Amino acid sequence: MSSSTQSAVHHVHRDDYGSRMGMWLFLFTELILFGGLFIVYAVYRFTHQQEFHIAAQELNTTVGLVNTIILLTSSMTAAMSITAMQKGNIRFSKGLVWVTIMFALAFMVNKYFEWSAKIHHDIYPGSKELLNKPEGEILYFGLYYVMTGLHALHVIVGVVFFLFILRHITQGKIQPTRYVRLENAALYWHLVDLIWIFLFPLFYLIH
Amino acid sequence: MANVAIPADTVEPSYLEVTTNTHKGLLGWILSVDHKRIGLLYLFTMLAFFFVAVGFGFLIRLELISPGKTFIDAQTYNQFFTLHGIIMIFLFIIPGLPAVFGNFFLPIMIGAKDVIFPRLNLLSWYLFIIGGLVAVAAWLLPGGSADTGWTFYVPYSVRTTTNVLPALIAAFLLGFSSILTGVNFITTIHRMRAPGMSWFRMPLFVWGLYATAWVQVLATPIIGITLALVIIERTLGVGIFDPALGGDPILYQHLFWIYSHPAVYIMVLPAMGIVSEIIPVFARRTIFGYKFIAFSSLAIAFFGSLVWAHHMFSAGMSDTAMFVFSFLTFVVSIPSAIKVFNWVSTMYKGSIQADPPLLYVLSFLFQFSIGGFTGLMLGALSVNIHLQDTSFVVAHFHYVMFGGTGFGIFAAMHYWFPKMFGRMYNKKIATWAWAIVTFGYNLLYFPMFIMGYLGMPRRYYDYLPEFHPYHLASTIGSWILILGLIIMFTNLYIGMRRGPKAPMNPWGGVTLEWTTQTPPILENFHEIPTVTTGPYDYSKYEIEASEKKETT
Repeated sequence: MSSSTQSAVHHVHRDDYGSRMGMWLFLFTELILFGGLFIVYAVYRFTHQQEFHIAAQELNTTVGLVNTIILLTSSMTAAMSITAMQKGNIRFSKGLVWVTIMFALAFMVNKYFEWSAKIHHDIYPGSKELLNKPEGEILYFGLYYVMTGLHALHVIVGVVFFLFILRHITQGKIQPTRYVRLENAALYWHLVDLIWIFLFPLFYLIH
Repeated sequence: MANVAIPADTVEPSYLEVTTNTHKGLLGWILSVDHKRIGLLYLFTMLAFFFVAVGFGFLIRLELISPGKTFIDAQTYNQFFTLHGIIMIFLFIIPGLPAVFGNFFLPIMIGAKDVIFPRLNLLSWYLFIIGGLVAVAAWLLPGGSADTGWTFYVPYSVRTTTNVLPALIAAFLLGFSSILTGVNFITTIHRMRAPGMSWFRMPLFVWGLYATAWVQVLATPIIGITLALVIIERTLGVGIFDPALGGDPILYQHLFWIYSHPAVYIMVLPAMGIVSEIIPVFARRTIFGYKFIAFSSLAIAFFGSLVWAHHMFSAGMSDTAMFVFSFLTFVVSIPSAIKVFNWVSTMYKGSIQADPPLLYVLSFLFQFSIGGFTGLMLGALSVNIHLQDTSFVVAHFHYVMFGGTGFGIFAAMHYWFPKMFGRMYNKKIATWAWAIVTFGYNLLYFPMFIMGYLGMPRRYYDYLPEFHPYHLASTIGSWILILGLIIMFTNLYIGMRRGPKAPMNPWGGVTLEWTTQTPPILENFHEIPTVTTGPYDYSKYEIEASEKKETT
């Protein structure tokens, strides 16, 4: 075997099960990453119950609910795009990925208005208004910005991930017989969704 | 152990000559996704960082040779021990064995052509090197490098004016690199084993790496988020840990140690794997208690994740919590001791060949046992109150991490060197270097146990005159240690450049890496081997030995 053909055959190894397994392991690390934040939240909620209660009333439950519905629906379209790909309907699958991206952007727009409303009311880290509040409320809003911010970062990463997927579908790297990348993107997206499902009650619903 | 058909007359170009891309020279290395080349990239960058950190360690010891100011001021001293800690821990000890020798030998030992995600593997190295450069570069920025110690305790790390930010970002990137390596290794071990390579035919180094990889995947994200929170707190003023904003600094300590205690198992488990590889080869015996050693790695990884608060016994915690954490700390020592007993039993009645790799392993056993026992002393609640934050802790830590893992890395370097580079070092000089390193090492750290017990605090710049003899001995030890390191690395370097060509199997090992060409070819094997026996099948040697006995 000459060295050039050797380079060509190297790493053509394909193992869809292995790729999914790698993705699941990565998702574990993401869960634990947020897990650290959930611990911090739990501890401070326990030590500052009253102040967390008051601070939580400042958030708009409707906005949070709309975002929850958007993300849940987008998870559904992501899952549907896999089924479409499996059934050989590449165009429909691509369309569903686009719909997922659109939902993600809608989520971000909603988030933008929510955050700017808070900042407009002079509630942001280090603001005078916030520093005058009791410690528990400072902690609450600190965690609110950090946790929803980190989640929003994941939404953006998810969008980038899906844009790559679209490109790979166009290039023929994702096909009805090999779609593990699409599956992995959808897995990641479900995680983003899942984390929001915990963030929503913790910040918006528990008063 | 395996049926590998290698025609004796075909010699293919090794991985040192061909790679996965067409580039020549440096690009052929830094763009290669071959696990062996990535392993060597890690080796050389890691050693570069190691030498820098040894330099800082040398300067710290030199400053402590006499009470009061010797040649650097207190602030510089604080920055030096911080840099020493950050570089040694995040850039040398954590990636040392998994990223270097794991990358190079894990696929070969399980009979695979590469790891399962080769490009992800190269990405980990890039994250590693970027993180490393950021950590070191902070030293050159105005304001100077961090002076918080490698633990970055808040509130000081939020308030100090030194460049804590680059150090935090570096540690974050290095953590990410470590996670990706862990994900890669777990998936590789699950999916890439050669036909017949069942779980209990895997070499014990692979078991060590497997346990390590799980700790990397499950514990590292916690330090990631914790350091990210400190970064956010420093840059945006969000109140999370700062008590002025209602935060709880002790919560930071908990989160920090939830990762950083399991991290010591990331450091030591692969070293234990190395020991389990080397002892059977140089005692010419099948390992004693294979399954016990394999499962004790997993047990250490599991229990080791539940003991973090023993770093904080004097920080403020309920008595019940202290009791539980102390108890669990004692529990971890059981699987560690199981390993030591099995290693010693393997050597018993073996035909021992005292080559340099085994000598380093013997030092490991001696020093790791001392480190382990003093760890139990520190885990006992009443003793801990007396010894907390003294140089006893420093000595304990260095006995486990340097005397254990560090010597494990040296042993691995001497053991696999001929396979990696296809050449041999001078064994006589290597033996002398081992003797000098071991002596210097013990002279450097043992006095710290005594002075720590007598009350010398850790990290202090100045000390009372009564501690002077111990500090003096320790500093002299550091010079001897460094002399030994210079001899060791010069010998290895000369061996790499001009040493005699090494045979395929210089030590008589029976694991798969010794059945490959020296140095290995690009895809490791001409044909994926089929494995038919366990990893340390020395029955051939044992039968030969018993026949000899009967005839004489």
